[in-house]
Amino acid sequence: MQSIQEIQEDIIDEFSMFEDWEERYQYMIDLGKTLPLIDEQFKTEDNIIKGCQSKVWVHAEFNDNKIEFTADSDAIITKGIIAILIRVFSNQSPKAIMEANTDFIDEIGLKEHLSPTRANGLVSMIKQLKMYAIAYQTQVN
Amino acid sequence: MLDVKKIREDFPILKREVNGKPLVYLDNGATSQTPQQVIDVIVDYYSNYNANIHRGVHSLSQEATDKYEEARLKIQKHFNAKEAYEIILTSGTTESINLVAHGFASLLEKGDEIIVSALEHHSNIVPWQMLCEKTGAILKVIPMTLEGALDMDAYNSLLNPKTKLVFTNHISNALGTINPIDYIIKQARQVGAAVLIDGAQACPHLKPDVQALDVDFYVTSAHKMCGPTGVGMLYGKQEWLEKLPPYQGGGEMIATVSFEKTTYAGLPHKFEAGTPNICGGIAFGAAIDYMNAIGFDNIATYEHELLDYATSELLKIEGLKIFGTSKDKTSVISFNLEDIHPYDVGTLLDKMGIAVRTGHHCAQPIMTFYNIPGTVRASFAFYNTKNEVDALVAGVKKAKMMLS
Repeated sequence: MQSIQEIQEDIIDEFSMFEDWEERYQYMIDLGKTLPLIDEQFKTEDNIIKGCQSKVWVHAEFNDNKIEFTADSDAIITKGIIAILIRVFSNQSPKAIMEANTDFIDEIGLKEHLSPTRANGLVSMIKQLKMYAIAYQTQVN
Repeated sequence: MLDVKKIREDFPILKREVNGKPLVYLDNGATSQTPQQVIDVIVDYYSNYNANIHRGVHSLSQEATDKYEEARLKIQKHFNAKEAYEIILTSGTTESINLVAHGFASLLEKGDEIIVSALEHHSNIVPWQMLCEKTGAILKVIPMTLEGALDMDAYNSLLNPKTKLVFTNHISNALGTINPIDYIIKQARQVGAAVLIDGAQACPHLKPDVQALDVDFYVTSAHKMCGPTGVGMLYGKQEWLEKLPPYQGGGEMIATVSFEKTTYAGLPHKFEAGTPNICGGIAFGAAIDYMNAIGFDNIATYEHELLDYATSELLKIEGLKIFGTSKDKTSVISFNLEDIHPYDVGTLLDKMGIAVRTGHHCAQPIMTFYNIPGTVRASFAFYNTKNEVDALVAGVKKAKMMLS
């Protein structure tokens, strides 16, 4: 199992191959279009994080000291970024998730999407992932 | 005829690049850009005569007071108010609306009715909901048609002797619809209701005459019409402004103060507590001068050309749908591409240097009406060009290709 750090480095490597914004965004759009990110039954009001612009749904399951996240959005680019975040944070221990940061997003040129003014729900989503980690960690202790 | 090339020279910001591309600024409905003539006035104020107004005996204070009151006269003249003291300088449209809503709290009784249009911005819904909660008054809504116009038959059936206040925007920020405010005011008169018009989206495009309209309150913001942010105005008929209680307590708004009793200053100072946005007020006056020098007839003619051109070019894109198709509208186009989320389109346009607004435009009830999460909104000003429309159309096509 790769660590969060290793996955982030992989993603930075992958993004370094794109020559311009178009390739970067086309990749995210394709990610957003192809991945089934959440089971329909979890797209509930309870699991919704309302951004001013796009909606995000997050669902978590905890097994063998690992949290599995699934998530979705009604906007494709937001969904593409979610796919990247899920790849980094899902199937990790609560402790690793609590300690992880999202600086790599800056390095792959997507920083603006995590700005609070963007109002796409992603900042709240990351907060929510960490909250799940804290909650499950407390449960383990 | 407008010399747009020359006009663009007045706006330094239009020369900059965004994401490596020349800026195409089509978010004028959110805020307009500022010409050098207005920027110069702001710089001049802080460089040469920055002082507090209305109380100093020294020369700087006198100069600043004169300029500030001169700006009030310019605003009075522009909107054709009968008296300068009917112009209250505020922090903007939202504060102006809240000032009136606050005042009506002491005039309304349980069971009184307030009518609001379905095309409102949140800032024109929430203060009245708060007012209804406080007073027990009832909020009624003029419904909209599929074209994005207000249903005047439904409006007439809502009016009755219990109606105390009617408010609507002059032009819808989300769709660009020009509302028939002449008629709305005339009908409200029949039942003795007061009318407040939100002119934030109208004032960049046309020149309202508050006396000809016979409107009770008219509000707007300077930053929508080439002025700075943080300043705007409330026009109120003298009789209304005298009837309404002060909004905020503080310096400037008092005549005499003792711990037993305070008497309030006369108009307009009764509503202008504390040190105002002096520089902003003066720059607001300069912005009005600037726009009048270009001429509102010229602006309207040119913007209509842009609107017609952009509408026909955008509609050539398969799957593009425009929301707000009333025959009376200003240079605002709200649209979606099939079921593609507006956030995605706006994000890609930004990468191409094109600034549009996406989302619900603080008008969620309209989006609920159309059952959409929001729209992409391009709003044009007199300094935009057909080349920029072409850039938008090309950008939308490219976004569609990437997202489909």
